[in-house]
Amino acid sequence: MTTPIDALAGWTPESLGEPGTVRAVVAAPDPVLSRAGSDVDPCDPEVIRLAADLIATMRVSPGCVGLAAPQVGVSAQVFCVDVTGHPKAVTVHGAFALCNATVVEASRWRPGREGCMSVPDLTGDVKRASRLVVEGQLPGSGVTVKFPADGFEARALQHEIDHCAGLLFLDRVAGAHAIYQRRTYL
Amino acid sequence: MQELAITVIGHDRPGIVADVAGVLAGLGANLTDSTMTRLRGHFAMTLVCNGPQPAAVEAALTPLTADGKLLATVRAVEPDAGGAPRGEPYLVSVHGADRLGIVAAVTRVVEAEGGNVTDLTTRLTGPLYLLIAEVDLPPAAADRLADRLREVAKTLDVEVTLRRAESDLL
Repeated sequence: MTTPIDALAGWTPESLGEPGTVRAVVAAPDPVLSRAGSDVDPCDPEVIRLAADLIATMRVSPGCVGLAAPQVGVSAQVFCVDVTGHPKAVTVHGAFALCNATVVEASRWRPGREGCMSVPDLTGDVKRASRLVVEGQLPGSGVTVKFPADGFEARALQHEIDHCAGLLFLDRVAGAHAIYQRRTYL
Repeated sequence: MQELAITVIGHDRPGIVADVAGVLAGLGANLTDSTMTRLRGHFAMTLVCNGPQPAAVEAALTPLTADGKLLATVRAVEPDAGGAPRGEPYLVSVHGADRLGIVAAVTRVVEAEGGNVTDLTTRLTGPLYLLIAEVDLPPAAADRLADRLREVAKTLDVEVTLRRAESDLL
């Protein structure tokens, strides 16, 4: 029998069965970014296509380590993450997509500088948990996975889960002087 | 010696901070609190120092402003004894499409609930307007302010978040 954690380790974007299409990324103040996404059926073919599209769009976007459905204009609880090879990453689960994800446990809060494809001109200092337990469903199989994440992957997961709740990093910056004009683009 | 409030604003170039600080040091004026940033490319600096007569400082800054690209003002101010915050620290984040009166409407609501804005930044980047304000609130005012902010945000068609500012004591 496959345990949930093995299901995540064994999951690849190829298991979605379609390559995905690159979609346009929307930028703030588009109202879709401020709406809480609806719960989804992870086995719904449209949700599977959306997950594949998110991964395809993330892959063609330089420096992008995560992308949520609202960022491609769809108000739904789906996102993908891939921090593979990122210098700040500690534990890495590879490329994966999750539906209806929630934070189960969060601890060891640390500040860090964040940017977002949907807020292209600004970055900000945001405090996030560096130890996390996340629960969600894998698109395609619908299997529920509950797994620990840390460091940069934990930050990316919280950023994407926030997107699905209609929150931007701008809603969590640490102070009036914690916002910076972005100068370098990857 | 007295407390002076100085503002310098104008065309940005390297060396303005060093020039201003050099003039003040040359006069024996001790620079205490200061802030400097660029606002849409304009140099903007505000500082408080303990120094000689305002006229003397203004005269010493004249070479910096002679070409008309910088404006410097010097005023004597009363030393402020009550620097300690009197309320509970909160953060207000507002973002949305730019429109007239966002800062006015949001800060008026904060004031009406007895809050005091202690730090504020606004940015306009493309069509996105962002306001982050640090505010001190009277005890138990946060819930009411959150409700009022939601109403204002609705009329302005912007997003607003109010949350407690956290500080770590290490």
